[in-house]
Amino acid sequence: MADRSVRDSVEAVYREERALLLASLVRRFGDLDLAEEVTSEAIEAAMRTWPKDGVPSRPGAWLLTTARRKAVDRLRRDKTYAARLAVLQVDLSRAEPVAAPTGDAEVPDDRLQLFFTCAHPALQAEDRGALMLRCLAGLTTPEVARAYLVPVPTMAKRITRAKVKIKDARIPFRVPTVAELPERLPGVLQVLYSIFTEGYAASSGEDLQRLDLAEEAIRLTAILRRLLPSEREVAGLLALMLLIHARRHARVGADGSMVLLEDQDRGLWDRTMIEEGRDLVFVALSGESPGFYGVQAAIAALHDEAADIATTDWPQIVALYDVLLVISPSPVVALNRAVAVAMRDGAEAGLVLLDELEAEPRLRDYSPYRTARADLLARAGRRPEAAAAYRLALDLAATEPERVHLKRRLEAMEE
Amino acid sequence: MLYMLLINAGEIGADGGAAECTPQDWMTFDKEVRDAGIMVDGHSLADLVTATTVKVGASGERTVTDGPFAESREVLGGYYVIDVPDLDAAIDWAARCPGSWGSGNVVIRPIADFGA
Repeated sequence: MADRSVRDSVEAVYREERALLLASLVRRFGDLDLAEEVTSEAIEAAMRTWPKDGVPSRPGAWLLTTARRKAVDRLRRDKTYAARLAVLQVDLSRAEPVAAPTGDAEVPDDRLQLFFTCAHPALQAEDRGALMLRCLAGLTTPEVARAYLVPVPTMAKRITRAKVKIKDARIPFRVPTVAELPERLPGVLQVLYSIFTEGYAASSGEDLQRLDLAEEAIRLTAILRRLLPSEREVAGLLALMLLIHARRHARVGADGSMVLLEDQDRGLWDRTMIEEGRDLVFVALSGESPGFYGVQAAIAALHDEAADIATTDWPQIVALYDVLLVISPSPVVALNRAVAVAMRDGAEAGLVLLDELEAEPRLRDYSPYRTARADLLARAGRRPEAAAAYRLALDLAATEPERVHLKRRLEAMEE
Repeated sequence: MLYMLLINAGEIGADGGAAECTPQDWMTFDKEVRDAGIMVDGHSLADLVTATTVKVGASGERTVTDGPFAESREVLGGYYVIDVPDLDAAIDWAARCPGSWGSGNVVIRPIADFGA
């Protein structure tokens, strides 16, 4: 077999099975560092032997067996693990009477417990997403650093800090019980959503979107959806991500600038993704008491289904924002509702609502609020006020494409 | 694994006790911890006015002052040391402790294991 195709299949296995492998080893050995090291070693061993011997029929099982053996070797060498090994040894010999590297056993899917460990509330919020990208998406530390736009040593320190906390404070690798799930699942979804939004609307930097990051978030959420098929909010979150991501090619102009929803070429929207997202919205909203992500996904679906901004079902969108305000009241939801009301009843109606939010401390320096206010003033024909509002928004804009967009609007108001 | 639950007092009631839970709540919790077989150690600390702080400077001179330097409103009121399998179990016990209710809080610190 040619080296190249072997390398391709190793890489395919790496992408598909690394998290599975890691999760399984963490379950077995209860040590994230050890699991990561032997996972890497098993992949290296595959790169060496598969070109000679061919790719085994079940590459994942081969990797798991190899990694387990390496882990046991390491534990034997490490005295501090001796006691733990004695316990594990019994377990290992019972579970694997014949541990041949050609073993046919399926790699058990223990990824769910890794999701809950990475998103544990006892970890710092900023470390949870990083840990998830590292352990579940299989990104290297430099890749995670790039994703969050921090220097590699900073990210390495953060990941190390999180791992030390998991190990030394003994955050367990376990799936919450059904009773605990309502308390713990929102945290996991929040981490996934924050990875997605970081990719969709970068909080800083040159580029408006970082699609690789958004795609990782979608991939991880799809895995979580398979692992927790009856949790409607997981379906809702996946739907929301797909329905937003479907617009990716239309969101950025040829010059890299941001294109607003109303100006987007809807022919560029990804119809397959929209269909998939819509189907998931039905799952998310079936049954009583819809969830936060399900309702947001339903709003996104209404946008994606409309032929243009004028024929968008604004009354329905306002109604969904009303539901959202009950489920999860926040100034940002109120802001989005005000914009929808402006589309339904006219700019002045939206401005009345926005002015009511003026006192919200969380919105004062929030650039989408400033931009929305400027846009509505412009639409209402209040040009001097709009120009002043665009200047305010410009001061707060986080990314270059946003600044370019706002400068253009400002110039149009000053003409 | 040993965890110390540091109980930081919340609002103090007119009687000098914690305002947001009753002595009965504490007795119930104490009994639960003992009955669960996880109790290693634990004490309620005497009133803050009885506290004394000692510092020794670089040249060895002692400074003794009244009370802790209260830089925040949080005042350590007592502690438990419990032996439970993992942090989630410790969190569950901390949540049951009356000290974590209302304006109080419980800080969980694993006890360092130097492999002795």
